[in-house]
Amino acid sequence: MPASFPELIRCRGVTKTYRTEKGPIHALDRTDLALRGGQTMALVGPSGCGKSTILLLLSGLEKPTAGVVEFKGEPLVRPHREIALVLQDYGLFPWKTVQKNVELGLSIRGGNGSRTAVHELLAELDIADKSDAYPQQLSGGQKQRVALARALVLNPSLLLLDEPFAALDTLTRERLQDQVAAAWRRRRFGAALVTHNIQEAVRLGQMIVVMGKSPGTVLGVIDNPRACTRDYRGSDEFYELSGMVRGHLERSA
Amino acid sequence: MRSRWNYLLAAFILLMVWQAGAWWAGDAILAGPLAVGAKLVSEAQTGRFWLHVGSSTLRVLAALALSFLTAVPLGLFLGSSQRADRIAKPLIYLTYPVPKIVFLPVVLLVFGLGNWGKIVMLSMILFFQLLITTRDAARGVKRGARLSLYSLGGTKWDLFVHVIWPSCLPSVLTALRIATGTVVAVLFFVESIGTRYGMGFYILDAWGRADVPLIFVGIVVLALLGVLLYETFDILERVFCRWNQL
Repeated sequence: MPASFPELIRCRGVTKTYRTEKGPIHALDRTDLALRGGQTMALVGPSGCGKSTILLLLSGLEKPTAGVVEFKGEPLVRPHREIALVLQDYGLFPWKTVQKNVELGLSIRGGNGSRTAVHELLAELDIADKSDAYPQQLSGGQKQRVALARALVLNPSLLLLDEPFAALDTLTRERLQDQVAAAWRRRRFGAALVTHNIQEAVRLGQMIVVMGKSPGTVLGVIDNPRACTRDYRGSDEFYELSGMVRGHLERSA
Repeated sequence: MRSRWNYLLAAFILLMVWQAGAWWAGDAILAGPLAVGAKLVSEAQTGRFWLHVGSSTLRVLAALALSFLTAVPLGLFLGSSQRADRIAKPLIYLTYPVPKIVFLPVVLLVFGLGNWGKIVMLSMILFFQLLITTRDAARGVKRGARLSLYSLGGTKWDLFVHVIWPSCLPSVLTALRIATGTVVAVLFFVESIGTRYGMGFYILDAWGRADVPLIFVGIVVLALLGVLLYETFDILERVFCRWNQL
């Protein structure tokens, strides 16, 4: 199915070097990646391999030192209204209620969304009863659902998730993975997920990009067409593929 | 409700200690709360008393407003711009420890003996307290919050409105609360020079006439002014920073 969609975003020979007081840090070195519309991609690899840097470049928040990031064929030089990002630490504003946090992107972007749309999304993610609560009154899982709602309410063509469930317990994490999968089945946005967790990558990434220790090195790309489908977790194929990803990572270590 | 009872209890204890002190020291040195209360009631019926109270209140409010309007925007700017902060930091660090009150003669020469000289002097002292607290609060805004706002398509103005200002507001109000203590103390000092109106002059005048209860009326009024300002900032924090009270 995803093969029929046009290319959504592409990194062409992207290099990213951060200048610091201690000298340059090479986060990515001539990395090439592409994602089609409606396709989900999971980037999995060891710490420091450049996965989060790729996500920041795909979001338009960072610019490459060399190479180019193209969104729908155009160079991406700043955040785009069709791209939404969910951060690991949720990125919620403690001074705004859940409702106001979710509405913020809409009010900034001047989109067509409404309070009703926000409420429907909160209901879809089982947090409608928390709309007047402040983030510090929520559990980690609830905060991550709010962050997800804030991204989804923008109706993005590309959803970026930076280790979104890393701080959550196993059951909450799996429940949220299922909610992301369900949201994808309803909306069919393109998605790029950065994760350390192999099973998370297999659950959500139709294309699993396994990265090596060197900055931006892609060790392999694994096709995973059943990702995001119902009842995939626990199937033989799920565990086989998890083993394959683990093998790639162990070889690189 | 509970805090109101706590307030009443604290006031009661304070009055008891005060009364005990008056009995021990004698009325000629330490007028008791009953004598001061009676004096306060009779003073409150004269227009001149309210002129003193009004002058002091006006100077304090003007100084708070002037320092707020200059120090807070500058603090937010320095805290948000590493480059500007690098340039301004040595200047702030060199000037902050200097006791500003020593500039009183210079300030009075430049701005005159009237209200302006006094307001500017009070503002100078408050300015640095507000500037440094606001700057530090703005510097403490996390990168994640900035990225989150920019990822939603926000501009620098949106960052200021939705992130920097609300995250700094509790610190700004705390700085203002702390500043109330300083401003009332310095007010007494600046009102001892070149004026015939204000609680500083009122206390010194009463002292000159050896009217001990009247001295304490002045002290009580200054204390009430401080409490009123402190409570106002407390209410503002409860209203505008509800999230910080959870």
